[in-house]
Amino acid sequence: MHTTKIFIKKNKIGNYLKHAREHYIRDDIYCGFESCDKCTRATSNLSSKHVNKCNLLKNNHYLILDTNVILDQIDVLDENVIGNVIILNTVLKEVKHRNMPIYKRLISIIENPSRHFYIFVNDFNKGTYLKQELTELINDYNDRCIRKACSWYIEHIPDETFVLLTEDKNNRAIAQQEDIPAYSIVEYVQNLTANENLIDKLAKKEFQEKFNAADIFPPHLTIVEIDKGIKDGRLHQGTFRASRDNFLEGSVNIQSFEEDVILRGYSNLNRVIDGDVVAIEVFQKDQWVSPSELVLEDDTVNALDDNLERKELEISKQRTSKKNIKPTGRVVGIIKRKWRQYCGILQEGSAAVYHLFLPADRKIPKIRIETRQAETLKTQKIIVAIDSWPRNSRYPNGHFVRALGKIGDMKTENEVILLEHDVPHSQFSEEVLSCLPKLPWLITEEDEKVRVDLRGIDICSVDPPGCTDIDDALHCRPISDDKLEVGVHIADVSHFIRPYTALDTEAASRSTTVYLVNKRIDMVPDLLSSNLCSLRGGEERFAFSCIWEMDHNANILNTKFHKSIIKSKRAMTYEEAQLTIDDKTQTGSLAESLRNLNKLAKFLKKRRMDNGALVLASPEVKIMMDSETHDPIDVEVKKLFETNSMVEEFMLLANISVAEKILNDFPDCAVLRRHPEPPALNLEPLVKAGKHLGFEINIESGKKLAESLDQATRDDNPYLNTMLRILATRCMLQAVYFASGTFQKHEFFHYGLAVPLYTHFTSPIRRYADILVHRLLAVSCGADATYPDLMEKKKTAELCQNMNYRHRMAQYAGRASVALNTHLFFRGKIQDEKGYILYVRKNALQVLIPKYGLESTLYLGKKDEKLDIFTYNEEDQTQRCADVVFHAFDPVTIRLSMDSKNIQHEKFVLQLVFPVIEGFSVPPLEDVEMPEPEIPHKKRKK
Amino acid sequence: MSRKELISKVGLRLDGRRADELRRIRCKLGVFSEPDGSAYIEQGLTKVLAAVYGPHQVRGNRLKAQADAVIINCQFSMAVFSTSERKKRPRGDRKSTELSLHLRQALIAAIEVEKYPWSQIDVYVEVLHADGGIFPACVNAATLALIDAGIPIKEYVCACTASIANNNQAMVDISHEEEILGGPTLTIVALPMSEKIVLMEMSQRFHLDHLKSVLEKALEGCKNTKNILDQAVQNHIVDVGASTGWASTGEKVKR
Ligand SMILES: [Zn+2]
Repeated sequence: MHTTKIFIKKNKIGNYLKHAREHYIRDDIYCGFESCDKCTRATSNLSSKHVNKCNLLKNNHYLILDTNVILDQIDVLDENVIGNVIILNTVLKEVKHRNMPIYKRLISIIENPSRHFYIFVNDFNKGTYLKQELTELINDYNDRCIRKACSWYIEHIPDETFVLLTEDKNNRAIAQQEDIPAYSIVEYVQNLTANENLIDKLAKKEFQEKFNAADIFPPHLTIVEIDKGIKDGRLHQGTFRASRDNFLEGSVNIQSFEEDVILRGYSNLNRVIDGDVVAIEVFQKDQWVSPSELVLEDDTVNALDDNLERKELEISKQRTSKKNIKPTGRVVGIIKRKWRQYCGILQEGSAAVYHLFLPADRKIPKIRIETRQAETLKTQKIIVAIDSWPRNSRYPNGHFVRALGKIGDMKTENEVILLEHDVPHSQFSEEVLSCLPKLPWLITEEDEKVRVDLRGIDICSVDPPGCTDIDDALHCRPISDDKLEVGVHIADVSHFIRPYTALDTEAASRSTTVYLVNKRIDMVPDLLSSNLCSLRGGEERFAFSCIWEMDHNANILNTKFHKSIIKSKRAMTYEEAQLTIDDKTQTGSLAESLRNLNKLAKFLKKRRMDNGALVLASPEVKIMMDSETHDPIDVEVKKLFETNSMVEEFMLLANISVAEKILNDFPDCAVLRRHPEPPALNLEPLVKAGKHLGFEINIESGKKLAESLDQATRDDNPYLNTMLRILATRCMLQAVYFASGTFQKHEFFHYGLAVPLYTHFTSPIRRYADILVHRLLAVSCGADATYPDLMEKKKTAELCQNMNYRHRMAQYAGRASVALNTHLFFRGKIQDEKGYILYVRKNALQVLIPKYGLESTLYLGKKDEKLDIFTYNEEDQTQRCADVVFHAFDPVTIRLSMDSKNIQHEKFVLQLVFPVIEGFSVPPLEDVEMPEPEIPHKKRKK
Repeated sequence: MSRKELISKVGLRLDGRRADELRRIRCKLGVFSEPDGSAYIEQGLTKVLAAVYGPHQVRGNRLKAQADAVIINCQFSMAVFSTSERKKRPRGDRKSTELSLHLRQALIAAIEVEKYPWSQIDVYVEVLHADGGIFPACVNAATLALIDAGIPIKEYVCACTASIANNNQAMVDISHEEEILGGPTLTIVALPMSEKIVLMEMSQRFHLDHLKSVLEKALEGCKNTKNILDQAVQNHIVDVGASTGWASTGEKVKR
């Protein structure tokens, strides 16, 4: 039972309060060695089978690490070469305290049994506990504890060798005096047998060769100086955003200025990297500049070239137009670095061991790394981490972390997309998997008692083809002559994912399932997403049902919610459902209920439109994959059926009904979704575009906007309306989740759907918000118990923030994946396609090619200069060449090809085919059948 | 949703205990000569003194006296120096009154109340140092003091706390540090031998999924506490016996 023997009081003084805490010293802590007969056995991953081979030591040995080794060199520890490592609890605690992400990585290494890491709880062990001296600094105390543990091990297991690795010279010296073998990790790794690639992974604080180079950057202020400066009002704090196009420019958003502050040039940027929180000084007004339109790429290839002047010159040459000046300033200090690991490629052209790394993210500067395996890495996508950016170096110093795979490989590129969008995509941990129900999963009598049995009802699901995570199903049946019962049944995911479990924490962290073109990254493990929660046809499943009584005009007479057991009769695709509805010979109850649903949905949709819901458009494409090679074989626009709209209407209705219910019962902590009205400024491009075409777009309200969009049609260009809607979609703000207690009631409004309240209830398999909503609703109707965090609006707000972030990232990742596959599809192809002009710009036309949902730029000349045959009219937004005039939304024919010169950033090259412009357009490809496009070059009257 | 990790990767709590280990309990009976019974208990750093007077005639308002049961009067107080910030009122505030009532309820369950009609027993408990689980320590101290006073009880009445660590592991005997960092705390008073729960209190609501395991942990804690108290009582008897000439028999008991 209680084996505690000694008892020592620890005092902590702070705020003049005396706290006493107990510290139990134990005699039952296992040293981790199987050969030991002095200790009580427990589990340990240390193994005599693993052998560390290092030229510094004669024998196999066990490693004890100092905190600084873990913090600086976690990438080295990630490698399988090093094993049999003892992590002292003192060290573990310090790592956790100093750097959470590194702590998490360390834990995952420790938990991997093949790595042979072991945590030794030295601070609670009788033989290794030390008391902190009154005047002793915490660092010295920790070092002493680490050395004590080393000597204890040496004495405890005399047959084995123990080695302390530490970066601290002082600690190393004392250790050697105490007869503990001690080395620095650099020394150790360099002497490892088979170390080749490991050396590359050592973090570089400083490159040896550059030791005495002159400083080229001004120094950063210390935190104390920054604090003082901010208090005085001389300095401002903000987050740095690098420019995508110009590597010598960026901006900082600070509170006291309405506009972003521009930073330009090497020394003003002063080693800041996108995302860093910085302290800046704003210049006097006479030094302000306007944002440059210049596209500037860092084209240096020599890793050791630290000459800044050439590029600086280029940027200073640019004349500032007085008209558009913005606040300008410079970075004086870094408050918090937001460095992460970056995906990218090695730049060709460097010799020797120093290389420049080219990040995939254009906003990140090139990084200097040292590697001896450049030849192999050149063909790979790799990950690099930044270690430091000293004043005498033009580039940040970093080290190679790992290779992702061959450039251009589908698997590699998917990995890059996931990493760059911060999508958690590792395998689910054992701990998470242990929370899953055991198979075979059976419905018990208990379950039947608390759930409404709907297994007898004809329920079916309608989804896109190939869908395996089916989270919704529907039914509809007449209950009297003038009444229908309609049910929406949603997978009861919250039954399986219980609060305060590892599974729940993981799902909350992921927040959403991410769909790439050929890969799905699940929010919850496969067993739930594709099996137990998926409402598959013919199988008994738990559901959360929302049941309405409606009349034949889709007026809701009564709403109820309950948990249920259902058995879907059939999982249908949209197309199958559509065929069933249309096929008059089918008179089964399923067909009848689908017809009724479809009829009701039309009423619902009409009512929604009348309220001013917006019909927005964004070209959604589907990429057809070769089932064998997983190469894209065709790209096509998604087909929509009436049944798509039918399912959507009932999902919207369910979400609205649930939102009303949970807000009513939990005014403070309901999870809702709001869509703010876009500010007039955002809608300006839309209004302008409308004006040029002769339509008045009214943006007074969502309803007015919807009406004016409906009226903006022209018979000679049926696609025009869609184009306007695409434009409108881009002017909208993002819809976001929020906790009801954190906003005012009038802000709950969902602008796009034109409803006062909205939430997400219908996709709990792939969205965490829906799980929270399910839990709230379950409490609401007495089907489940509550828990403290669910009722706390602060907790809910935190979750919402994460969900919004993950959601956005998932969207971006999805789009990046479509773009990648479209690129792959077009590689080596040349095609003439019909397109529409989306915007007219100063030196280019932005063209949309609906067939591929693709948008690209047709330059009217070279990149920065413009062919003088075109005249740009800023007022009308037109480009004219002789009698050809380009307006926004005009149809054009375009030749599409792919420029693969830059392997990281492939891009489409567009050439004009039609209308014909002498000396500019290209003749049509012969084998392509050319549809005769409408004539765009007749001047239209406004 | 994760609060601070209260049980580390290797299964130890912040102070080095495992999930099912109680803090060290040290106790002594008969620490004062003035009252009829007294006891001192240390549970970790929580220290409590208890004194029992009676049974004696009902004092003050005689009308309160009952024909079928003894009146139990409890008073809970905390020394001004018992917490890290000095307390302004040692007794009489809302919390003290509430704990006094709870203590009374706990003791009524153990004392054979019908043995002393028309009489009264006074129980005073004072917390000298508070480091989590003060109410359980008070109950345990009062039990010992009752035994010291020779008042017949049905069985030991013991109390213990339990909570949830890392969102899903039940742990017993919650220290002050864990109370602050962790989630809700469950306090139970039980008659461990008959496994009856006398009183149960939660600082916040528990998730239903966890209640059972936390309750089991707390009950187990009560049983373990009882064993320790029982040992202390036996040692006390031996000591008392030794001084009154039962030395030889006492020695036997000890072995
Ligand atoms: Zn051992």
